[in-house]
Amino acid sequence: MLKVKKDLVVIGGGPAGLAAAKTAYDDGINDVMILERDFELGGILPQCIHNGFGLHHFKEELTGPEYAQRFINDIEERDIEVKLDTMVLDVTKDRKVYAMNKKEGFLEIEAKAVVLAMGCRERTAGAIGIPGTRPAGVITAGTAQRYTNIEGFVPGDEVVILGSGDIGLIMARRMKLEGADVKAVCELLPYTGGLTRNVVQCLEDYDIPLMLNHTVTAIKGEGRLEAVEISEVDENLKPIPETAKTIKADTLLLSVGLIPENELSKKADVILDDRTGGPIVNEGRETNIEGIFACGNVLHVHDLVDWVTEESQIAGAHAAKYIKDNFEKTGKCAEVKAGENVSYVIPQKIELESGDRKRIPLYMRVSTPLTAVDINLYADGEKLYSFSEPFAKPGEMISVPLAQKTLDDLDNLSEIKVDIIEKEGE
Amino acid sequence: MIETKTLTCVACPKGCEVTVEYEGDEIIDIKGNACPQGQSYAEEEIVAPTRILPTTIRVKNGALALCPVKTTKQIPLEKMFKAMEIIGKKEVEAPIKMGDVLIEDILGTGANIVATRDMQEKL
Amino acid sequence: MNKKYDVIIIGAGISGCAVAWKLARYNLDILLLEKEADVATGTTKANTAIMHAGYNADPDKLKGRLNVKGNEEIREVSKKLNIPYKEIGSLVVGLEDDDLSVIDELYQKGLKNNVKNMEIVDREWLLEHEPNISKKAVKALWAPTAGVITPWEAALAMAQNAVANGAEVKLETAVEDVLVDEGRVIGVKTNQGDFAADYVVNAAGLYADEIARMVGIEKINITPRKGEYYIYDHAKDFEVNHVVFPVPTPISKGIVVTPTVENNLLIGPTSHNVESKTDLATTREGLKEVYNGAKKLYPELDLRDTIRVFAGLRAADDTEDFVIEAAENVKGFVNVAGIQSPGLASSTAIAGYTADILKDEGLILSEKKDFIETREEPVRFYEMSNTERAKMVDQNKDYGQIICRCETVSYKEILDAINGPVGARTVNAVKRRTRAGAGRCQGGFCGPRVVDILAEQLGIDPTEVKQEEGNSQILEYKIKELLGSRVMNNA
Repeated sequence: MLKVKKDLVVIGGGPAGLAAAKTAYDDGINDVMILERDFELGGILPQCIHNGFGLHHFKEELTGPEYAQRFINDIEERDIEVKLDTMVLDVTKDRKVYAMNKKEGFLEIEAKAVVLAMGCRERTAGAIGIPGTRPAGVITAGTAQRYTNIEGFVPGDEVVILGSGDIGLIMARRMKLEGADVKAVCELLPYTGGLTRNVVQCLEDYDIPLMLNHTVTAIKGEGRLEAVEISEVDENLKPIPETAKTIKADTLLLSVGLIPENELSKKADVILDDRTGGPIVNEGRETNIEGIFACGNVLHVHDLVDWVTEESQIAGAHAAKYIKDNFEKTGKCAEVKAGENVSYVIPQKIELESGDRKRIPLYMRVSTPLTAVDINLYADGEKLYSFSEPFAKPGEMISVPLAQKTLDDLDNLSEIKVDIIEKEGE
Repeated sequence: MIETKTLTCVACPKGCEVTVEYEGDEIIDIKGNACPQGQSYAEEEIVAPTRILPTTIRVKNGALALCPVKTTKQIPLEKMFKAMEIIGKKEVEAPIKMGDVLIEDILGTGANIVATRDMQEKL
Repeated sequence: MNKKYDVIIIGAGISGCAVAWKLARYNLDILLLEKEADVATGTTKANTAIMHAGYNADPDKLKGRLNVKGNEEIREVSKKLNIPYKEIGSLVVGLEDDDLSVIDELYQKGLKNNVKNMEIVDREWLLEHEPNISKKAVKALWAPTAGVITPWEAALAMAQNAVANGAEVKLETAVEDVLVDEGRVIGVKTNQGDFAADYVVNAAGLYADEIARMVGIEKINITPRKGEYYIYDHAKDFEVNHVVFPVPTPISKGIVVTPTVENNLLIGPTSHNVESKTDLATTREGLKEVYNGAKKLYPELDLRDTIRVFAGLRAADDTEDFVIEAAENVKGFVNVAGIQSPGLASSTAIAGYTADILKDEGLILSEKKDFIETREEPVRFYEMSNTERAKMVDQNKDYGQIICRCETVSYKEILDAINGPVGARTVNAVKRRTRAGAGRCQGGFCGPRVVDILAEQLGIDPTEVKQEEGNSQILEYKIKELLGSRVMNNA
């Protein structure tokens, strides 16, 4: 067993891990190691060959690989150790990381701080219990994306997609462009879970029907998929049997949700939030375990990689502070609560000394589509301020800045709450 | 024949619903946009919608079988499949640097097909 | 036809593999034929994986006579062949509204079948040993000799041990006819040619009646009876410590709630006859029946963390018993048919019983001198401690590359699964041997890698790699192949 000591270990070399590592390095932690299970850095970005990345962070529209390349260049310009083809098997609460690769065998790395940046996995057909058979040709949209854009194969050419999240929409266009007949995108809910621009540029551009209030109610085919049965659903999301229709298909792509991948976090006794599937964190992105931080999709599923970068910079900065022993908790903890129409807010706690921090961005998602809203912030029951937005969609994360000055002006703060309310009479 | 089409403008995150009245290629009226960007977006969308085309190109002796590419500017939507066919027929050689022009002036659009990542040779 | 075998066994499910394993200790040339690309792809891979204690089997049937014997033998056999087996015991739990006298009846039946160490336990015992059990639980039949096993691994282990002792296994070889001459079997005709043998054992599961008809036997009639299941991620935090049955009704053993050997929670099966022997579809109604049944025993159980639904077909003969006998009209033909529950639990006993029949039919059973009793334990990274893993990877660097993240499966384990005896040829075969793809992401991450490794090791194109059956290619086209005219058609 190879035993090493490191200041900072970052688990995951995707956009979250890369930004956290870079920031920690620039904040003075030069002993950084990134552990990545794939053969190259970038996480999911190398297979996201479409554009739409970086509009906020770089003020440019980039493709996934281009966005990743910028951060990979940053890492290469700094003396940051990177281990590729390396799988982390275990993380303990005293920050020992166990990993393995072909070249070096088994590694035990003792870290002063750990950043969890493992991203997420896709929800599967089995997990949503679609009745029917289990033939080849049923895969998640992300796996289809990997085959199409990295491995060089098109899974099939008669495609139905379940789920109108961004991955489903992007793959609808991708498969169509690579020559497949994409017959429909079915969405269980009455609204799409993806970005509006993707509905326009992936479905409408290519006359691919978006069937809201529909789901796949049976999978048919022995050996290889032959057809799917789709049905309309009622207001309780239950299939209406009389509406069942069979669509001939050899490929069913599933884009039915992302699940933060926190098996390693659980091994380190990190406490997770049921609503996000990721760790409960304070504003420095520190989990309940001292010195263990989380950022990116492992913390909560993001819609734009730009927010992943911003969040991971916060995590990296605080991991650096923690290592330098410049970490001060106020001893008080303000809980951040999700109020009406808010699914969740990150961070769930505010408990650190402000230092030279100017603001804390609060990330949240609305639980249902609303138009003409007020986003209201309350401190211990009293409204602090409101923002107006023309609409709020569950598929689009909202970032609300909580000014440090505002926090400083409050005494004995114990709870911050956010809600999203439709304006009256519009 | 006068036609009406409603589009969601994607020029900015607001996503205004813009309604366009048009006859053939002639725009008669545009309503619903909150800014001039919406107007030009709507005009273009009706007459000649254009898009960036992101796709992949086959690589000979590369670390990966495919290199992701994109058009350097928006090209007419109606030329998408033909462009895919041309790109599909081509095979390029590694090493490749991000930004390398792999196909010049595709279909006379003035857009080049460039690599969106570095690609080393296969080890 | 070149070589003449002593015995040809048709069907490499648990029964066929067990017979091959049993006969391989004798000086015999054995050929095990399987129409699919792997052993155990029929009923054997889709059942509740229970080594029944034997109180439920009818003492007047073969089932009753062979269940307890098989259950007792598996302790030794699972150790020798390194088959994952856990003797966790089973409970038949009576709830307030149930007919509790059935529990006593089962106890008596168990005594008749010679089941050891059974007890009737009360509510207090239940709440102590099964804390999540329904508060309506009154009493239960406790049978400590019941256990859970990995059924496809049992079949594979027996097949591999048979091969180690000289038997041959031919996969993707479907029997099209049984050849008879002057009232005696002389061999079989398959899609891979003809094979000669003095004895033929029909262990063809769902198709045993069709094989039997090839020699003019009409009395066997197999009705496929479907059972549907949910299986959970083994990280599911819900305590169930035993195989838990409800009180059976005249028509059904009921929906079971049980941990598997690999610590996945499994609930099911339903029990409904179906028309087609290939109808393996789960249904909305069936899955609802499973969930409702499970919730009766465990009211706090939800469907969160389920990772898969599946269905299996029982090969039910009209007699509702095992049909293990020599054919009357044709010499040398032995049926091992109608093997539904407790077929898995009885497997070694079925094998012994079949060997005896063959002996009575004239097959000489002389024991091999250098017979290999054991199967080496396959490396299972997911079971190892970090220290053990470190040791393995020091020995062979190919253990250092983890392919399946969810189940911690290394590259070397997958290589061995493909290249070892009775090697894997499909994605599902790799999954059954190594657990790659069996975890919470269900192959989302490792799938492309496993396809790549299979293609490389088998020397085929990735578009030829199959999931399981003959037409189950994972990938249909190489990239760019669909462009050109096809694109214009679909555009």
